[in-house]
Amino acid sequence: MGPSHPATHGTIKFDLKLEGEKILDCDVVVGYLHRGFAKMCEQVTWTQVIPYTDRLNYVSPLINNVGYALAVEKLLGVETPARCQFIRVIMSELSRITDHLTCCGMAASELGAITVGFYLIEARELLIRIIEVVTGARLTISYTRIGGVKHDLPPDFAEQVTKAFRKSRQLLADCDRLLSRNRIFIDRMSGLGVLSQETAIAYGLTGPILRSTGVSYDVRKAEPYLVYDQLDFEIPIGTKGDNYDRFICRMLEIEQSMRIVEQALKKIPLGPVSLDDPHVVLPEKEKVYNSIEGLMHHFKIIMEGIQVPAGEVYLAVEGGNGELGFYIVSNGGGKPYRVRVRPPCFIAMSAFREMIKGSMIADIIPTFGMINMIGGECDR
Amino acid sequence: MGEDSPNIQYLGEKFPGRILASHAFRGDETIVIPREGLQEIFSFLKEDPRLDLSFLTDITAVDYLGKKEPRFEVVYHLYSLRAKHRLRVKVPVPEEDPVVDSLVPLWKGANWLEREVWDMFGIRFSGHPDLRRVLLYEEFQGHPLRKDYPVNQCQPLVPERELQGTFVDQRSSNKLLQLQQKFAPKR
Repeated sequence: MGPSHPATHGTIKFDLKLEGEKILDCDVVVGYLHRGFAKMCEQVTWTQVIPYTDRLNYVSPLINNVGYALAVEKLLGVETPARCQFIRVIMSELSRITDHLTCCGMAASELGAITVGFYLIEARELLIRIIEVVTGARLTISYTRIGGVKHDLPPDFAEQVTKAFRKSRQLLADCDRLLSRNRIFIDRMSGLGVLSQETAIAYGLTGPILRSTGVSYDVRKAEPYLVYDQLDFEIPIGTKGDNYDRFICRMLEIEQSMRIVEQALKKIPLGPVSLDDPHVVLPEKEKVYNSIEGLMHHFKIIMEGIQVPAGEVYLAVEGGNGELGFYIVSNGGGKPYRVRVRPPCFIAMSAFREMIKGSMIADIIPTFGMINMIGGECDR
Repeated sequence: MGEDSPNIQYLGEKFPGRILASHAFRGDETIVIPREGLQEIFSFLKEDPRLDLSFLTDITAVDYLGKKEPRFEVVYHLYSLRAKHRLRVKVPVPEEDPVVDSLVPLWKGANWLEREVWDMFGIRFSGHPDLRRVLLYEEFQGHPLRKDYPVNQCQPLVPERELQGTFVDQRSSNKLLQLQQKFAPKR
């Protein structure tokens, strides 16, 4: 099955061993979208890696941006201003919502509930428009910088978000009515792709797949980064570890993410959005044109890159699909020595064989849909 | 880098002389262990009630060509779901004999992660059940994340593979043949 199949959004091949329609064995072949992310990162400066991170999980690119920037800041030993941290939280949560909406919408429409697919994509479109207003792009946004973000939020941001959330909540309520007690949908989702808690941990699964088995592990709670410890939210967990629980976990997480954004918008302080350190952040254009120091700092950062001390750090953030980790090694100097991404979907795909063995061919579609494999992140 | 944290001290007492180095740069606890007896140390880390590092987060490698001896380092990241702490374990691997023991018996998730390290760095894992390339294709020459692999290296074209082991419906292939003959250009 594959590599190009309408239900495998993202290029992936399943080598199936079948008996009639029953799957006896399944070998997953990934790597069709491999473009040498790590090798590319070693060739460019620290700042130039940010656009590459957009293209990892292109459904929630802001979380990748934030994760990478945080990892480099950890290596530098600097902390960004409070306003920047709140902006990063708000933008990552918006991104997480779009990720979950895409995943649930696509999974539902593949099972025949096309209406739900359109409703959820409409909700996603509302949020993506807000992201576009803030960052200037829909998916390949490169919004964060090392030591800050590109620019501040627009003045009417809070109103736009409130409006979009009101509409999205209506759409989600509609989808809830269409799906939650829908016999066809439940039959296709429930009891399939089951993983026990022990298996999920043995595979190192994270995100909604691990939480659906009842393990309450979320990086935002376990190791709060940015300002997540100041915000009140819950982690929905499942009980059975099947596709339906994963779907419900994601739908509930959307609501929690909305709560986080609303709280953060109330608490967000005024202030600068970037560090005031000319060795890390580019100076303002006014300074570049009118002062020799400004020009010099600008030149240094552009030509040589930010000077990062030698060392190694691992930093994890909670991506849409699970723990997104960055392991960065610096040799001292303007370029990364090694950038390793811990991709949550790659690890989830390694457990796919376990999930699907013994089921029918048609069960591949909901199971694969609920993993939400994003080729850019899985294959790098 | 200053004093060792309690967990690293505890490990040093349990495995005297087996912890080659340790540091906690930016709060990331790290130990370096030799590759001999690797499985024993990892199963201790996994089972020990105090450390409880039962969650294998990541396996990767770094190539320190010309910077360090031995050349490679395999890097493991472990996490404890209960105690919420992390540990990084690094295993130096020499260039002449790039082999380490596989961790698949301890964690199933190590399977693909080790395949990726083999794919990208050419480090073999002894005892691995299925050590094939994972992101690249079998005909790929070299291991691209090694520092001596040039960025602009071109790979030779791969001839079409035979459909070996794949179920092919003979009837349909006959049908294709029939169609091909039917619509073949007349000479």
